[in-house]
Amino acid sequence: MEFLVGTRFNFLGHRRAAFILSAVLIIAGAISLIVQGGPRLGIDFEGGTLVQVRFEKPIDVQEIRDSLADIGMADAEIQRFGENREAIIRAQQREEGEDLTGVILEALNEANPDNRADVRRQEQVGPTVGRELRAKATNAILIALVLILAYISIRFEFKFAVGAVAALVHDVAITLGLFSMTGREISLPVVAAFLTIVGYSLNDTIVIYDRIRENRRKLYGKSFTDIVNTSLNESLSRTVVTSLTTLVVVLCIFLFGGEVIKDFSFALLVGVVVGTYSSLYVASPLVVEWQVHGEARKRRRHRK
Amino acid sequence: MTSSMRWRTLLVILVVALAAWKASYTFRFFSISNDEKEQMSEEALASLESQSLRLGLDLQGGMHLVLEVDKEGLPRDEARDAMDRALEVISNRIDQFGVSEPSIQQEGSDRIIVQLPGLKDEQRAKRLIGRTALLEFVAVVPPEESDVVFRAIDQALVGVMEEAGELPPESESDLPLSETEQLERERPLSARAVYYGNLPLFRVEDMEWVDEQLARLDLSEVLPSREDEPGVPRVRLRWGSEDRDFGEGEVYRPLYVLEADPIMTGSAVVDADVRPGLDPDRPNTPGVSLQLTRQGGRVFAEHTGDHVGEYLAMVLDGKVQNAPVIQSRIPAGSRASITGDFTDEEARDLAIMLRAGKLPAPMKVVEERTVGPSLGRDSITLGIRAMLIGGLLVLVFMLVYYKAAGVVAVGALAANLLLIVALMAGLPVNPRPALTLPGLAGIILTIGMAVDANVLIFERIREELRNQKTIRAAIRDGYERAFMTIMDANVTTLIAAAVLLRFGTGPVKGFAVTLSLGILASMFTAIVATRVVFDLVTIKWNVRHLSI
Repeated sequence: MEFLVGTRFNFLGHRRAAFILSAVLIIAGAISLIVQGGPRLGIDFEGGTLVQVRFEKPIDVQEIRDSLADIGMADAEIQRFGENREAIIRAQQREEGEDLTGVILEALNEANPDNRADVRRQEQVGPTVGRELRAKATNAILIALVLILAYISIRFEFKFAVGAVAALVHDVAITLGLFSMTGREISLPVVAAFLTIVGYSLNDTIVIYDRIRENRRKLYGKSFTDIVNTSLNESLSRTVVTSLTTLVVVLCIFLFGGEVIKDFSFALLVGVVVGTYSSLYVASPLVVEWQVHGEARKRRRHRK
Repeated sequence: MTSSMRWRTLLVILVVALAAWKASYTFRFFSISNDEKEQMSEEALASLESQSLRLGLDLQGGMHLVLEVDKEGLPRDEARDAMDRALEVISNRIDQFGVSEPSIQQEGSDRIIVQLPGLKDEQRAKRLIGRTALLEFVAVVPPEESDVVFRAIDQALVGVMEEAGELPPESESDLPLSETEQLERERPLSARAVYYGNLPLFRVEDMEWVDEQLARLDLSEVLPSREDEPGVPRVRLRWGSEDRDFGEGEVYRPLYVLEADPIMTGSAVVDADVRPGLDPDRPNTPGVSLQLTRQGGRVFAEHTGDHVGEYLAMVLDGKVQNAPVIQSRIPAGSRASITGDFTDEEARDLAIMLRAGKLPAPMKVVEERTVGPSLGRDSITLGIRAMLIGGLLVLVFMLVYYKAAGVVAVGALAANLLLIVALMAGLPVNPRPALTLPGLAGIILTIGMAVDANVLIFERIREELRNQKTIRAAIRDGYERAFMTIMDANVTTLIAAAVLLRFGTGPVKGFAVTLSLGILASMFTAIVATRVVFDLVTIKWNVRHLSI
């Protein structure tokens, strides 16, 4: 069985349309981010306390909110978690060393004596640690980007590296925008997912770059645009097969992996789709733009 | 068969066999039932556990704590080894607390990471680990002197409160002030106290007020100072740790006036154990009985001999635990005791802390993550289900799309998983990497990405076959051409994983570990191992048609 072999899609012909689509997606995400005043950070980066509770019977979020308001915690954030008897409560410690989990649990059980709650998970991050983790995560992403940029510059040409990095910034930007639009939180695992997207998107891009490098030797004399288009078509079946298998497993984590890693797998899911698209429509076309403009400039200079 | 091929075949068989053997411990450990576990000897179980895959706290439930040592106020030489002392004391306490496979590590210059898998009572563990547990044996100042102290405080307070206009106004009319009002004007602190014998008690609601008033004063000027060091107080004020009520609906706490210098501290304690009936008033309540060092016993005997009839306070972390009257000289070699309204558990924990020693400085919990065992179990079930479904779909796809070659790729994938498990369980690093939930996701992701190497190779071989090459040449060129691509693609992903390993914490690290191990293993299984199979099939068995 085979598919997508010997295709002659004109990927580069549509590159302007693709650039517009990408720009629209990124701008939409940026607007959502601006409106909401930046990405929604989880307690990993903000500091605070998160308590995941499960009740014996289904319970309304409003009931939980009322019970917490009784003890002066009306500003606690409450979120349904998966099934209708589980919820996540996010709050700030009122004084240092306060056993917030104990306080919350007691309030819930007092207000709903015939529907007892049980703590499933609890996370508490001090404000300093939150700041440190934020700095660490930012550093990690920046360092990874620089190292990758260096590696590709060595293995290919600098303009390829720029195309690849532009593609993965594009992927992360769109994923971040989608996180903002769907109201999802950025936590430590989500940052890990972002870095994986970076790795994956590159993986895809490099396979195509490799083809371009090879074809430049093989198809000497053809225009750069043609070479890139041929390379995109030749590696298309591989791109699609790999994306599909990866997408299938990531979809499985998203659908069956449970609520705890839902945001994480959502990031991967978006990343795989966007990453595949960007390898075809962003990374290589950008290199072509660069090359074409460069050649045009050279010609102009010659004429003078 | 060439010799290089023979070697490669041998290598692949050896690696896979070794991985299978290493991984078998893990499969055995997780497949034995609880009944069987009970029948095994503890050593056999421990050795099996130590050779199998370690589960992260998010999968097996447990607590992850990051504690920060507050070195402020420590003399420099003590600050220098405060971390080592703190690590040692915390390890001691946890050892005695009894948790299987705890992990205690230093992070940076002032943090300690404690991981306690399968923990039941987090609050208790947190108290036990984070409490300073500084025990002091301190003489209680005799009543006449304590009166002087309170009077001095009252006087100083009158001055401060008058300035702030907080005292009840002097009578404007000719009516004299009531007795209480008069007392409040002259002795604002004592006016709120009731006396039990000579001991002043305050209502529990008033404690905060008392602390606030004391904080307003410059106590070094108010309290009597030492003879040799003017300005350094000779006494200190400390609350009792227990509420007292006299059946009239009010609850009180005693405020003791203690000598500033302790007679001795917890370092004079060699052993501590829980015993009932140490307090004759509470025969059924457990207390902690202390065995003193030889030196400590001598000091204790001397002090009790000289101060018969006075009170001796046992002060724990700045709170007076109990302050019995000294009946007679307590000879060296006998035991001291701490009593109070303890539950069995509290007494046991206190004994543990006193045996393990005090922490060199207060510890602050800066990060805490706890996962209940039920959530951990759910996560494993869900994670494994996701993995099985995902794996199965990939398997079906590979078989349909690449036929016989797909079988080879799927075999490589299985070997890849085996290698990941074997490496995680057998890597000689301490502590060995734990499989976390993001780690499980990393493995699932590797399944998707490991297939990629084979997809690249197979697509290449198909291309070469379309160019009319022979099977042998197509395989050779296919592998050769795809190799560089696979390397480039994997190295970039490895860079991202390595950065995560270096900068990530907790769950993120777990993800980076499985992802990088998975990629490394896939280089072997997807490139070297599959090539051996193809070579064997086409050269040794002379197969002429490639089902790909």
